[in-house]
Amino acid sequence: MSRTRKTILLAMLTAVAMILSYVESLFPSVGVPGVKIGLANIAVIFTLYRFGWKEAGAVSLVRVVLVSLLFSSVGAMLYSLSGAVMSLLVMGLLRKTQRFSEAGVSVAGGVAHNIGQILAASFILETARLTYYLPVLVLSGIAGGIAVGLVSAVLVKRIPE
Amino acid sequence: MSSGKRMRADLILIGALLLIAGALFLIRGAVRKTGGSVAVYRDGECIAVYSLQEERYLLLEGANGGSNLLRISNGAADMIDADCPDRTCVGMHPIRQVGETIVCLPHRLEIRVEGGAPPEVDVP
Repeated sequence: MSRTRKTILLAMLTAVAMILSYVESLFPSVGVPGVKIGLANIAVIFTLYRFGWKEAGAVSLVRVVLVSLLFSSVGAMLYSLSGAVMSLLVMGLLRKTQRFSEAGVSVAGGVAHNIGQILAASFILETARLTYYLPVLVLSGIAGGIAVGLVSAVLVKRIPE
Repeated sequence: MSSGKRMRADLILIGALLLIAGALFLIRGAVRKTGGSVAVYRDGECIAVYSLQEERYLLLEGANGGSNLLRISNGAADMIDADCPDRTCVGMHPIRQVGETIVCLPHRLEIRVEGGAPPEVDVP
């Protein structure tokens, strides 16, 4: 694949991730901080399987920075970045083992994302007592991860290289 | 590795995470109790404590010059307004159990239900 083609594809995947973030922001809040499906992760997992963890990292981080600047605040950006980095590390490692499918990688990524967010929030607010929400966030990470993983698996299989 | 083996690995991973979530819920359930007061933290520092029994509206001053409106009623605290762009905290459920929090990251505010007797109880 030529360099130009790759750049364009990655830019398009980043745009898709941003649109998915926007779509997700239209869903009403369920009332617990951090509970989300993680739709944008579909684009990140697709990139992870088609290109690799570096490219997936670029798509994910550029997505977080741009979405935060456009729709949210710098405080929220730190929070999302922490989740995105944790999730990338875990997904990259699991992908490397070759033992899991997109669903497994996505579930682990979802849970890692939520734990990363709690860590960032605890750090920013200088309190470690946000762990009250940990059980709900682990569960929502699993549920969202399964949905996102199944969609990603279909896309990786069906979209021609 | 075959796709069947992968699916098994996925299921084991999901099962393990579900067990962890279940254990965390049990631990939380075991220590759960209804709160008596609500504390307001800014930058990790407690700036005020209010009884959950007394109905009132409070205008909280956050970091960066922002403000949030907190309502205390029926033993619960609920953030009903905020002048930040994301207003995530306004979407949160009212809180009443010890340890539950509402967080406003842009204003670095944290509202937390705490145990203990409310400070302004009238003892006859």
